[in-house]
Amino acid sequence: MTLTASPAPAEQLPPPATGPVGRWPGLPAWQRTVVVVVGALAVMSLVRVISGANGLTSQGTIGAALRLAVPIGMAGLGGIFAERVGIVNIGLEGMMVLGTWFGAYGAYEFGPWWGLLLGVAGGALGGLLHAIATVTFNVDHIISGVAINIVGPGLARFLSVIAYDAESGGSATQSPRRSGEIADITVPGISSGLKSLEDRHWFFVSDVAGVVRGLTTSVSLATIAAAVILVAASFLLWRTRFGLRLRAIGENPYSAESLGVPVLRIKYGGVVLSGMCAGFGGAFLSIVLASIYREGQTGGKGFIGLATMIFGNWRPGGLAAGALLFGYSDGLQLRASSAVPALFLLAAILCALVAAVDVARKRFVAASIVSAAGAMFLIGYLTVDELADSLSYLTPYVVTLVVLATSSQRLRPPAAEGQPYRRGEAH
Amino acid sequence: MKTASITRRNVNWGNIAISLAAPLVALLVATGLTSALMAISGIDPADAFSTLGSRMSERTAWIDATQRAVPLYISAIAVAIGFKMNLFNIGVEGQYRVAMLTVVAVGTSVELPPVLHVTLCIVAAMAAGALWATIPALLKVYRGVSEVISTIMLNYIATGVLAFLFAEVFAIREEGRLNPKSEELPKSAWMPNLVSENLHNISGFIFVAAALGVAYYVLVWKSRFGFRLRASGTNPTAARTAGIDPKRMVVSAMLLSGAVAGLVGMPQVLGDKHAYSSDLQLGLGFSGIAVALLGRNSPVGIIAAAMTFGFLDSAAPFLDLESIPKEIVVIMQGVLVLTVVVVYEIARRVKERRTQERASRSLDAALAVAS
Repeated sequence: MTLTASPAPAEQLPPPATGPVGRWPGLPAWQRTVVVVVGALAVMSLVRVISGANGLTSQGTIGAALRLAVPIGMAGLGGIFAERVGIVNIGLEGMMVLGTWFGAYGAYEFGPWWGLLLGVAGGALGGLLHAIATVTFNVDHIISGVAINIVGPGLARFLSVIAYDAESGGSATQSPRRSGEIADITVPGISSGLKSLEDRHWFFVSDVAGVVRGLTTSVSLATIAAAVILVAASFLLWRTRFGLRLRAIGENPYSAESLGVPVLRIKYGGVVLSGMCAGFGGAFLSIVLASIYREGQTGGKGFIGLATMIFGNWRPGGLAAGALLFGYSDGLQLRASSAVPALFLLAAILCALVAAVDVARKRFVAASIVSAAGAMFLIGYLTVDELADSLSYLTPYVVTLVVLATSSQRLRPPAAEGQPYRRGEAH
Repeated sequence: MKTASITRRNVNWGNIAISLAAPLVALLVATGLTSALMAISGIDPADAFSTLGSRMSERTAWIDATQRAVPLYISAIAVAIGFKMNLFNIGVEGQYRVAMLTVVAVGTSVELPPVLHVTLCIVAAMAAGALWATIPALLKVYRGVSEVISTIMLNYIATGVLAFLFAEVFAIREEGRLNPKSEELPKSAWMPNLVSENLHNISGFIFVAAALGVAYYVLVWKSRFGFRLRASGTNPTAARTAGIDPKRMVVSAMLLSGAVAGLVGMPQVLGDKHAYSSDLQLGLGFSGIAVALLGRNSPVGIIAAAMTFGFLDSAAPFLDLESIPKEIVVIMQGVLVLTVVVVYEIARRVKERRTQERASRSLDAALAVAS
């Protein structure tokens, strides 16, 4: 008997919340998405017009956001694969480091596409290690993950000494610069056609033009590959038998076991796939976003990816939204750091909106706290003209914290996440 | 016959033997794995291990190892306090960095007699560490944010904020100085060295570390608070039913861990550099996690683990002299942690099975006698 023939366990679960969007009865999911996207763009446009920080929605910022969202999103996808089989994967960061090293090595020796492939293999190695420790030996998931985060960078450093010490431009902490690039594509017509519209800086219209241009100008083929992987992963997880079994294991491995699902094998598969995704994200960092491997290149993106997965409620759609959000905060900081103080204004406006909802629901304590925070942001916006580089560099980390603090309440992780499983020990 | 079986059950020699063998097996496996890795990379493992072995007979090597072990020990104790109730304080790194700058700010702004001044600095460090740890504690308790992610984000935030404050407020620029430095702490705030032999020192903070180890043992295993801590860690549901407030436990464990973490940088700031500078040793918080895992959260085990790490760290430059990449040391440390974790898990399982078999055997025997 197969799981698809029986009533699907996934359908017996409480209906999953639809990511960060919340629930409005009567509107189908895609309409809600449209409403949220248009609303967010309108607010951003308002902030841009008030603050005059045109970098907020410029083509350059959006393009950078898209590129920077890829490693975070791939790490988050790795998180989904692991946690959907019930394994917590704090080791994503270490697996990403392996991806950066092997990716850069492959790109240097054989060419960028081979590099991506080798980076995926490097990440898979980390995933396999995590699977051996957590699935076979039942080591605490967080402990194993922390250990991988120690071993990964150590191995990368060691391999660099071996591989690059003799090469010119290479050292214990970085690889030599390589030549080949992964090609970019620009949609002809759209990018140049909308430029004049973006440059007018009109309310809303120019922002839409900036966003569309950002998404159609010099998009790396590797970015498109990442998008394809994300779509393929959601199909795999929600539309195939393997995916159903994988998710069932994350909810209740013993039920899955009683229906004849090879739990251990699928757990291994999930964790190795997780490592492969993280490895792709790492390789993207050292191949597309840079042309060398550098120590510390991941800069916590594995952890931010994990936060994105939580934000996206363990689902690929929400994950993509979260990755774009984090990529945006990173891109803004890199491409238009003068626009970062405008985020204070954005935060103040969002606080005002939340406070209004709280007042309408007669939650006055919450409303006053949120208003106080909003006032602080407003003061911050009015007094800060320019942030020092060392502070604007913090944008993605602060955004991660704030987003987690405001969103992690109504989410539903896989039920068996983090729990040890041993075959035949149902209770 | 009955009494005999009871006394025999009390001392389970087989399980004790397994407990003793576990660290040795882990060491052997780790050595084997590292050797294999070295051999693959074209390094003769015998060279590396003989270099390490010859270091063991040098007196100065052990002085250096101890000096390096002191902050690692403090850091590992901070991590272990969290581990005892399943809290993962990955934020020791940020907490001790914040504490280092705070201590320099506080220490340079007051004048006090020697012992008092050092005490004030230590208190300031603990307060700063605890304060920085309050953020993840509150986020976890009130907003359900995993402390693993929040502490890691706060590590980055601490790095940025400290870099900003140091560059804008504390750094004194002087001609011809490569490493910018803050104002120096007055002599009254210096912690004297316990051992000092031509550039090989052991900081007086070894006493602070020892006191911390004892305090950690008493607090976690001999106090009511420690019982609640371990109960919440082992079985949160049962602990809650027994009237232990999980939120309060999370906050107090996190603050305690942060306070101890605040001390990690003190051997450097009060004992060695006497200022906040750009060449302070960083990363001690992350090594502390590894040391706590290796030492199995036991106050004595962590001593052995910290000494192992300290010895390997101080021996690394000597490997380089033999043209063996010193990075192999990091690999050894990482592999050692992983194998220890896995081997102990296997040992635990074997012991569990043996105990069960034993119990069922004596039950069978008793039933046979009864019938």
